[in-house]
Amino acid sequence: MSHHIVEVKDLAYTYPGGTRALRGVSFRIVHGESVGIVGANGAGKSTLLRHLNGTVEPAQGSVRVGDFPITRKTLHQVRRTVGMVFQDPDDQLFMPTVYEDVAFGPLNLGLPTAEIENRVMQSLDTVGAAHLRDRPPYRLSGGEKRAVAIATVLSMTPDILVLDEPTSNLDPKARRQLIELLRSFRHTKIIASHDLDMILDLCERTIVIHEGRITADGPTARIFNDQNLLAESHLEKPLRMQACPICGPR
Amino acid sequence: MSKIESALFDLSGLDALALQQSPIHRLDPRAKVLTALAFAITVVSFGKYDLTGPLPLLAYPVVLIVLGDLPPGYLLGKLIIASPFALVVGVFNPLLDRAALTQLGPLNVSGGWISFGSILLRFGLTLLAALILIATTGFNAVCLALTRLRVPRVLTVQLMLLYRYIFVLTGEGARMVRAWSLRAVSERRMPSRIFSSLAGQLLLRALDRAQRIHMAMLSRGFEGEIRPIRPLRLGAADAAFALAWTGFFVLVRFYNIPRLLGRLVTGIAQ
Amino acid sequence: MHMADALISPAVGATMWAAAGGLIVYSAHRLKAELDERKVPLMGVLGAFVFAAQMINFTIPATGSSGHIGGGIILSILLGPDAALITIASILTVQALFFADGGLLALGCNIINIGFFPCFVAYPLIFRKIVDDRLTRGRILAGSVASVVVGLQLGALAVVLETVGSGISELPFKAFVLLMQPIHLAIGCVEGLITSAVVSFVWKARPEILEMATLAGPGTGRSTKKFLASLAAVTILLAGFLSWFASSRPDGLEWSIERAAGKSELAEAPHGLAAALGRVQNMTAFLPDYDFRQSQKPAGRGVAAAAPAAAPAVNVGTSVAGLVGTALTLGLVALVSVILKTRTQDRAARQNPFARS
Repeated sequence: MSHHIVEVKDLAYTYPGGTRALRGVSFRIVHGESVGIVGANGAGKSTLLRHLNGTVEPAQGSVRVGDFPITRKTLHQVRRTVGMVFQDPDDQLFMPTVYEDVAFGPLNLGLPTAEIENRVMQSLDTVGAAHLRDRPPYRLSGGEKRAVAIATVLSMTPDILVLDEPTSNLDPKARRQLIELLRSFRHTKIIASHDLDMILDLCERTIVIHEGRITADGPTARIFNDQNLLAESHLEKPLRMQACPICGPR
Repeated sequence: MSKIESALFDLSGLDALALQQSPIHRLDPRAKVLTALAFAITVVSFGKYDLTGPLPLLAYPVVLIVLGDLPPGYLLGKLIIASPFALVVGVFNPLLDRAALTQLGPLNVSGGWISFGSILLRFGLTLLAALILIATTGFNAVCLALTRLRVPRVLTVQLMLLYRYIFVLTGEGARMVRAWSLRAVSERRMPSRIFSSLAGQLLLRALDRAQRIHMAMLSRGFEGEIRPIRPLRLGAADAAFALAWTGFFVLVRFYNIPRLLGRLVTGIAQ
Repeated sequence: MHMADALISPAVGATMWAAAGGLIVYSAHRLKAELDERKVPLMGVLGAFVFAAQMINFTIPATGSSGHIGGGIILSILLGPDAALITIASILTVQALFFADGGLLALGCNIINIGFFPCFVAYPLIFRKIVDDRLTRGRILAGSVASVVVGLQLGALAVVLETVGSGISELPFKAFVLLMQPIHLAIGCVEGLITSAVVSFVWKARPEILEMATLAGPGTGRSTKKFLASLAAVTILLAGFLSWFASSRPDGLEWSIERAAGKSELAEAPHGLAAALGRVQNMTAFLPDYDFRQSQKPAGRGVAAAAPAAAPAVNVGTSVAGLVGTALTLGLVALVSVILKTRTQDRAARQNPFARS
């Protein structure tokens, strides 16, 4: 439990329809690391994330979180350790009010009422959404929804945060606020995204996935400078690293 | 505005009223649910030729609208566009039941007209009560009250989830309809062929969404049961509200107040 | 086809509430035993789908009029009858509360008419028999149309029985049946075709979903048969009960209303049921008889006792008093509302002097 490693070994998965989403993926993430997972649409990012807290069972290979391999018996413990933030907050916020949604996890952990109240308010404070506590989710803006979705996970006090496209559908200001929020977390972070600028801001290490396989794994700066690698994986240099055609030298 | 868009608008409009603050809004939802139920039962228990007896019951919606600071025009508008089934069936009454029951000066009023009037009155009163319940309580609080009143949790959890995702799926459906109507300029209504593939598409998305929600639930320790946590406290005000109204309903049910009043006044005049 | 509060008597409303309540408890129990927690979000989202799809009108081919989708069979196919019934009950509740479709007391009727018949009769007895675990396009088409039509016919018949049994509407049974059944036959054919098209669409796009649902769902096992037999018995009992009310004896109707009025009080004061019932009945018997109907009878005892004069004169007298009283009542209600309004505004102004100027 001390170092919270995430270890994925030779993981493969095929969907019931026959799509081979993962074809042998292996990596290891240690405590406090912040890792970006990038790849084109359909590269297998979301499938990989779903394995990290056991919502999908591996067809081949294994996933290990902390001291436990993920099995039916350890599922409960793993899900306490790994907090998963889904791409569409509408999928994650299913309860009638923000408060109840953030309390959903702690309630399932069987915590006493006072502790639940405590955790809910603390999580909402952390993401700056305490004033939204009695609102129904459909009355929130995109940025507010995302913040609350993160609070629902924080209230479980996870050690590892897994985020799927956290900046999608956000306006520039909300995106910037989210990046600052994530930067302030000391958790181990695994972030899957197309937003390479955000990955550049938050992750010192990046894993590139293409057609179900890892094509690169290393320091973010190095990977984002590898023009050939990015092109082969259907990606592009982060905008910030491209020379600006308007203001910069041509 | 298409029907699906206006439905969305309707839903959020009524529920938004429930966010207001008023003495009625602050009452325990259970008190309001039970009182609304007692009201509806009282209304329909009157005989079908009794037009005057149920009239004092108007006090219930009127007082709640005033104390709850609800917009009366908005609620009445909803009543008028509401389900026409009762009217369609009721309108046969004056045609079928022509026996004169009472006289208004030189006019013979048939039983059919009176019972038609009674149907309209029942319709207005019971539906107004339902709308007021939502507008002063909010749907989720009504669900919570039902759970505490021992309605099976399987049903109340469904009500809650349904209500949550109606907004999401109706929004999705409305966007699909708009995308179709922008490209089908000459057609006013959707051909059934297009409808079935649109509905199929929406259904597939719904199935995918359900799967993702399930994963989100599992990720936070879901093991098959959703527990409500908001505490409810029945206070003296809540009990007084429910008991006073129920008492009033009973009084109105057993004493024809308009006629007693009328007798009193005409008696004095003579 | 929503049944409305305005048309039902308390006896019919209460009977159907009891039936619907029993059915929901039964289905909830079976769902719990099934222990498939995937269904929790699935039911909610599919309910929202049916709700959204019902808001989209489409043109019925060759007629130009518009129709909408019915949900019972689609939900049964995807969820099984128990979950489908609960889902439909929740849709109907939202419609009753937000769109004033039906109303609170008619909810029981509506759950039976729109939920029970498609999910518990048409789906297991017709759709499953026709489709029989071997999905083909033709079977889906035949099964959908047949089951939707039968479900709707039974539902429409139930609407007629409930309406006639309540005696609020003057429509005679025969005329109402002749009105309702053919209309719903036509609606059923269209809804059946649409249902089949939507189900086929899903089957083509994701065969595994339908195969899993039809294989996993409760088929026609022994317990289902036993259940259907008991339900059939209940249905026959209910039908008998309703048709007894529907018999043209006015006393039967009157009795039902008085009786149910007594019941409504009982629901609020559950102590000493029998005593309360007796008291309430005595009270109603001695109350001044204000029912207009009495004047139709040769010797209107109640009215005559209230004002001993010739029958037509009595009527005029009563109606004048009635009109004056009505005006007074409405005036009182208006007065109360005005007083309350000014008082709440005063209070609001005191609490926040800048709120209303």
